[in-house]
Amino acid sequence: MSTHRRKRSERLLAQPAIVMLLVWMIVPLAMTLYFSTQYFNLLYPNKSSFVGLENFAYFFTYPSFWTSVLNTILLVGSVLVITVVGGVLISVLVDDHFPGQGIVRMLLISPFFIMPTVAALVWKNLLMNPVSGFLAWLWRLFGLTPVNWFADWPLLSVIVVVAWEWLPFAILIFVTALQSMDREQKEAAQMDGARSVAIFRHLTLPHLARPIAVVVMIEAIFLLNVFAEIFVTTNGGPGDATTNVPFLVYTQALVEFDVGAASAGGLVAVVLANIMAIFLIRLIGKSLTAR
Amino acid sequence: MAKKPTRRLARTVRAIASWLVGLIVFFPILWMLLTSFKTELDAFSMPPHFVFAPTLENYEQILKRANYLHYAWNSIVTAGGATILGMLVAVPAAFAFAYHPTLRTKNILLWMLSTKMLPGVGVLVPIYLICRDLNMLDSRTALIVIFALINLPIMVWMIYTYFRDIPIDILEAARMDGAGTWKTMSRVLIPISRGGLASTALLCLILSWNESFWSLNLTTSNAAPLSALVASFSSPEGLFWAKLSAVSTLACAPILVLGWLSQRQLVRGLTFGAVK
Repeated sequence: MSTHRRKRSERLLAQPAIVMLLVWMIVPLAMTLYFSTQYFNLLYPNKSSFVGLENFAYFFTYPSFWTSVLNTILLVGSVLVITVVGGVLISVLVDDHFPGQGIVRMLLISPFFIMPTVAALVWKNLLMNPVSGFLAWLWRLFGLTPVNWFADWPLLSVIVVVAWEWLPFAILIFVTALQSMDREQKEAAQMDGARSVAIFRHLTLPHLARPIAVVVMIEAIFLLNVFAEIFVTTNGGPGDATTNVPFLVYTQALVEFDVGAASAGGLVAVVLANIMAIFLIRLIGKSLTAR
Repeated sequence: MAKKPTRRLARTVRAIASWLVGLIVFFPILWMLLTSFKTELDAFSMPPHFVFAPTLENYEQILKRANYLHYAWNSIVTAGGATILGMLVAVPAAFAFAYHPTLRTKNILLWMLSTKMLPGVGVLVPIYLICRDLNMLDSRTALIVIFALINLPIMVWMIYTYFRDIPIDILEAARMDGAGTWKTMSRVLIPISRGGLASTALLCLILSWNESFWSLNLTTSNAAPLSALVASFSSPEGLFWAKLSAVSTLACAPILVLGWLSQRQLVRGLTFGAVK
């Protein structure tokens, strides 16, 4: 009897977390849903009215919207490819013991702990500045004309910065995963004369299937929300060349004060994230049952 | 016979390549550190100076003029507060999930994870308006609560995986001795899993410290943490590279050191326990 009561009361300990997350998720989302059907501008707070789906129509016919969706896909896709491919290659490279292995690993994961505003500004100014940046010097050293990164290749520049921030995450996960790999199996394959490429394809890659799926999913969640890097470097421009969906919603909400349109855009971002999430959770599920 | 020297050569090449890749990836941080000790003139010089007379002038100016300590304090209070609040909510929840699972526990945990997938912009407008109406724009309290909420799912998951590893017999023994819920937790469970709890707290601290979406959108000056101070260097002060580097170094150094010390444990939290 008392154990039963105790069980019930101890289960209640989960309630604060559940209630807090429920409120955090449902209340604002319901408000976003409501605002998205309203004409509501913070500059004219008294003139709100129901407009049905007009905000969505406005958003879908707004040329910048499709650009921002495309930019979001390009940003997320490129960074995923760069970090996963680079991460796998680098973690395999540093897997075997060599002098200073621990230090190299520390160097490799460091960018992950740098805050986004710092990463973006250091890259934009100290490295990518076309006149006094380090890369400009490097380019000239090889007799090339320095690239005006953020002016001529704005989206690529943002991709480089974000990829630099997330490559360490992939490396960190893959290095950890490789440590749990069966060394004897690998050594036996080497003894049998298997080539490194074959070992990589038939032993290492299958072992990394699940970590790769995990990295893709977690990075996608964060990459869909990239904001600060764009905010401090290009401010979405030039034009809308580096405007992704989060940044577009931010400009609608806190620059134009158009709450209705911003809410419609926010819901689009939620749907986009959900499509991604469902797709990725399936991917993870598959790689789990495959083993 | 001829195989041994080539193998040794291959190993040397690999070691050199590893070091090279490591240094390239780390280079932007190293360059930032070096630039922070240059004069503004040196920072701009072309070709860049690798050897120069180091100066602490930037750090002095940052501490005096940019009101660095105010922002640093905001970062400490918001990241620290969010970590404490998050732990206070997450530990009991993980305890309930780990030791009294029901049929719905798995689903509740997955649902918690899914709240992490909700993009910030999806709720930006309402959160902004709620904060405005509660007079909590530019307030540290609002940031503490929001940082705690966005990290709560990770924390519950992480602590849950640690608690699950503790044999239930130990808890049963404590109960036989008449320990109540509170005593079981504080005298048995928390001491046993203190390593795991510490790394959970550390992860929350790191993620909150570096958070830059809500801190940029909900603060202006009073509650602005370091990420917002750095953002203020984007223009027009962005021309002061040495000072930007000094602020950035001060803002990142503590977290970088914490990250180095805890890299292994972080993997578990960052992957929701999927990779150990």
